[in-house]
Amino acid sequence: MEQIIINFLMFLREMIVLLPLMFLLIGLFDVWVPREKIERHIGQGSGLAGMFWVILLATVQPGPLYGAFPVAYILYSKGARARNIFIYLGAFSCMAIPMYAFEIGFLGVKFWFLRLIFSLLVFVSIGFIMERCVGKDFKVREGE
Amino acid sequence: MQILIIAAIICLTLSFFVNRQKTVAGIKRGTIMFLKLLPALLFVLFLVSIFIYLVPEKVIVEYLGARSGALGIVTAALIGSVSLIPGFVAFPLAGIMVSQGVSYTVVAVFITSLMMVGALTLPLEIKYFGKKAAIMRNILSFFGAIVIGLLIGMFY
Repeated sequence: MEQIIINFLMFLREMIVLLPLMFLLIGLFDVWVPREKIERHIGQGSGLAGMFWVILLATVQPGPLYGAFPVAYILYSKGARARNIFIYLGAFSCMAIPMYAFEIGFLGVKFWFLRLIFSLLVFVSIGFIMERCVGKDFKVREGE
Repeated sequence: MQILIIAAIICLTLSFFVNRQKTVAGIKRGTIMFLKLLPALLFVLFLVSIFIYLVPEKVIVEYLGARSGALGIVTAALIGSVSLIPGFVAFPLAGIMVSQGVSYTVVAVFITSLMMVGALTLPLEIKYFGKKAAIMRNILSFFGAIVIGLLIGMFY
């Protein structure tokens, strides 16, 4: 029991700094970036360039996957297409730049490079499949 | 972490000088979203704390080291899916696994499912994306992780 509480407090300490900062940035992003811009670049009609932008956005963010959900909500509410939202989640989990040093250090450049290329292929495919399957009635809620 | 702190300070300062009202609105917006997420987040962190207590890292390494082939791959994907280990712990752990003779395929499957599939965070994910999309994304990612592992294994 004691150990569980210690673990919990450890996570909490990590999150208590990270998350408020993230939400601060998300809030500012929300008021400063106009919907029209997001819609044009990563919305319904967007193609390869749109994918590039969401992947770039995802790779520079540190943190666990659930930290990406609120960002996904903001992107959705500003008109991002379903495919790009799932590609964003994939890139966030597989290609986060802050982790490269760890991966190369412990598993080598070859492993890192192969994993990067193959996961890119896989999560982009997942994005396409997800849009196909949930496209029309796809909604992201605020997480209440 | 430091990058995030610096980014937050820079953005906040810039925003404040350009438009005070918008900045306040943005902070409010962020705070409301954070508070909405908080209860579910605390619950997930609690689940994770119990998980880490019940299944220490050493057990994971031993368990995966003893299995190879298809069974090893599926086990790695399952353990990776239900685990929530931060990257800075997962990669050293993966390094240990490789040095103990676990195949690169199994290690890749474990790492990838760890990052892409979140069984413990599924309740949280459903709150954002709905049941269908959240479950589907996790299932696709589960098989995706196996595919990635098998592809990587072809190069070793």
